[in-house]
Amino acid sequence: MFLTHIWLIPLLPAFGAAVMFFFGRRLQKATVSAVCVGSIVLAFVMVCGAVKQYSAWSSTDANFHQPYQTVLYSWLGSDTGHLTYTMHDGSPASFQADAGFLLDPLSSIWLLFVTGVGMLIHIYSTGYMAHEGGYYRFFGYLNLFMFSMLTLILANNYVLLFVGWEGVGLCSYLLIGFYFHRKSASDAAAKAFIVNRIGDAGFLLGMFFIAWYFGTLRFSEVTHIARSGRFAIGDPIITAATLLLFVGACGKSAQLPLYIWLPDAMEGPTPVSALIHAATMVTAGVYMVARSNALFVLAPASMKTVAIVGALTAIFAATIGLVQNDIKRVLAYSTVSQLGYMFLALGVGAFAAGVFHVFTHAFFKALLFLGAGSVIHAMSGEQDMRNMGDLGHRIPITHRTMFIATLAIAGIFPFAGFFSKDAILWETWSREGGAYRFLWYIGYATALMTAFYMFRLMYLTFHGRPRMDHAVEHHIHESPKSMTWPLVALALCAIGAGWLGWPHSLGGSDRFTKFLEPVFAGEARVLQEEGRTSQLVAGVEEERNTSTEWLLMALSLCAAGLGWGMAWRSYRHADKGYIEPIAAAAPPVYDVLLHKYYVDEAYDYVFTGRRKLGDVRLGVLGLGAASAWFDTHVVDGAVNAAGWITRLSATISSWWDKWIIDGIGVNGPAIVSRWLSYPARLFEWGLVQWYALVMTAGLVGFVCYYVYH
Amino acid sequence: MQSMLHITTLHYLVLGAALFLLGVIGVLTRRNVVIVLMSIELILNAVNLNLVAFSRLWGSLHGQVFAIFIITDAAAEAAVGLGILIAFFRNKETVNIDEVNLLKW
Repeated sequence: MFLTHIWLIPLLPAFGAAVMFFFGRRLQKATVSAVCVGSIVLAFVMVCGAVKQYSAWSSTDANFHQPYQTVLYSWLGSDTGHLTYTMHDGSPASFQADAGFLLDPLSSIWLLFVTGVGMLIHIYSTGYMAHEGGYYRFFGYLNLFMFSMLTLILANNYVLLFVGWEGVGLCSYLLIGFYFHRKSASDAAAKAFIVNRIGDAGFLLGMFFIAWYFGTLRFSEVTHIARSGRFAIGDPIITAATLLLFVGACGKSAQLPLYIWLPDAMEGPTPVSALIHAATMVTAGVYMVARSNALFVLAPASMKTVAIVGALTAIFAATIGLVQNDIKRVLAYSTVSQLGYMFLALGVGAFAAGVFHVFTHAFFKALLFLGAGSVIHAMSGEQDMRNMGDLGHRIPITHRTMFIATLAIAGIFPFAGFFSKDAILWETWSREGGAYRFLWYIGYATALMTAFYMFRLMYLTFHGRPRMDHAVEHHIHESPKSMTWPLVALALCAIGAGWLGWPHSLGGSDRFTKFLEPVFAGEARVLQEEGRTSQLVAGVEEERNTSTEWLLMALSLCAAGLGWGMAWRSYRHADKGYIEPIAAAAPPVYDVLLHKYYVDEAYDYVFTGRRKLGDVRLGVLGLGAASAWFDTHVVDGAVNAAGWITRLSATISSWWDKWIIDGIGVNGPAIVSRWLSYPARLFEWGLVQWYALVMTAGLVGFVCYYVYH
Repeated sequence: MQSMLHITTLHYLVLGAALFLLGVIGVLTRRNVVIVLMSIELILNAVNLNLVAFSRLWGSLHGQVFAIFIITDAAAEAAVGLGILIAFFRNKETVNIDEVNLLKW
């Protein structure tokens, strides 16, 4: 019943959004909350039911490990082949996209945490936004976002996924710019949208490649063809397609070099940062790559790119996060960094580990953001950690839940982050005979930094000396129940979510990976074969060594402990004018990190052209200026030249007409004949009687002549 | 004895010549177009008189028939001439022949 009505899951929040769109202005806040939160709760219940039914359905013999698909109708193209095109090998194909839904373990996981975390954040928002204007607008956008996200997850083809993909992008834009009267917010919204568009262009091109190469855009068919062995490993077209898809993922999931929008996206209300820019939307890129896993394993070059970009993003964002002072920005860079981890896992072929990290990250990062929101709420809107301190005992629930989340993200046993991060690091170390081991060092250093900046955040916010104004200090209060209750629920998940993937080496059964096996099983085989060949080439044959795994776990625990210790030493007693250890040790490095490696400035010089490089303006504005110059000087010049030539030829032509045609051709003969006719004219003087006289004289003359001769 | 009153061809011819002369003088000297037209009639009649006189002299009717033709012709010519004259008068409000000079070179 849940399974057959799976299409209701995205439609429930769509209904909520529609109600807000048409009637929201006239509704009471309580009604708005009831409709919007209610729709998400219902969706969550439906998701739970559907996933439960699906696991029962897919364990029957007939449907063993099969994905559940249901097609409502053909949304683009049709079976009659109205939209036909020619594939790469010349055979005809018809373009078709269904309003079809696909439920398999991968989408189940995403559905569960998106609706689960989404539900908690909706509840939290009823408290957080209680005193804000545009209450119905906020919830309408949130519901619209949930609709788009669920469409994205449940789509059974790339086109419908892209619809959801654009929908979440739109909602992200709307919600970042929720305080649209603030210039920085509307700028950030535009930035997010534009940067995402760059990625989307790559995604679209990748989609075209797939349609051209596979003749279909349905996930199940593409996967089937890719696994059939029709295409060789390393096929250049598949490599190009997957790289382009990854460009799309880079935009949506904030990877280098398109990550720049995510830190600015913190201009939006904090629940939005938690829901969209930490837990759900930014993992859409991971979802898309995981969904295309059958393609990616056929393109080792793309896999390597994904892994390297992921690892570099992880450490790059982590280093920036070390010195940021805005509590939300630290979390934003942390998100970018953790997303880098996920791509690192995908890139090395550990899809399940990547998805596992998405899953655990959703809980603890949402919790961190909601906690930060609670802190900001208590601090009357203050976000700068330099002006916080000693909040621990004043807002105890927020403190404790955030502490749990920090332990989780730092990777302390047995919190959620430990298992997922460790799975990623272990897979990076061991995959393909250690071919990716250099990335392990990056991941390891990132783990150390993560622990440092997260505990720095904790100590600066909750410990040390109070550094805020008295007015603010007087007003500090714990958030209402509607906000603390979701924090507690998320904290429980941040503790326990990792236990689903308790590794074999620690005596667990890694149920998470097993659950995902139907999605990634085929890939594991391909990758193992690849790995074996590269192992043979390297001359190394390494077993999955349990003692090595324990050693790595101990090492990453050490890293987390070391980061914690360093933060504890530096910030435990932070008072006004406290010293940043990095600033003390290496001021230039601190400066570069504080300015985020000057990437935004560099982009302004090179890509947007808002800043001039000497006298030259590069980038988009430079292109605009160059185009304007080209238009005024070359295009308009050509137009003016054409006009000038026309005028010149008209002048010559009229001169020719006036003097040559009229002068010589027409008036000339007239003048000549007038001149020649002068003697003849003398006879015609106009007196009739003189004519008669001449005639008479002539007559008399003739008569005389004849008479006398 | 021949009567003094016997009229010979010579008389006719003299009369004709006199009429002709009168007509020519009228055409050449009078400025009024009506009188010029009348003078032309005189000339025509002088010719008619000659034709009829020679017809009688030679005992042939050819000359008389020709004279009748000329009378007819004169009637037509007078009609056309007066028509032109009226049209001219409507334009110029004069019948002075000196002012009929539109076609001078």
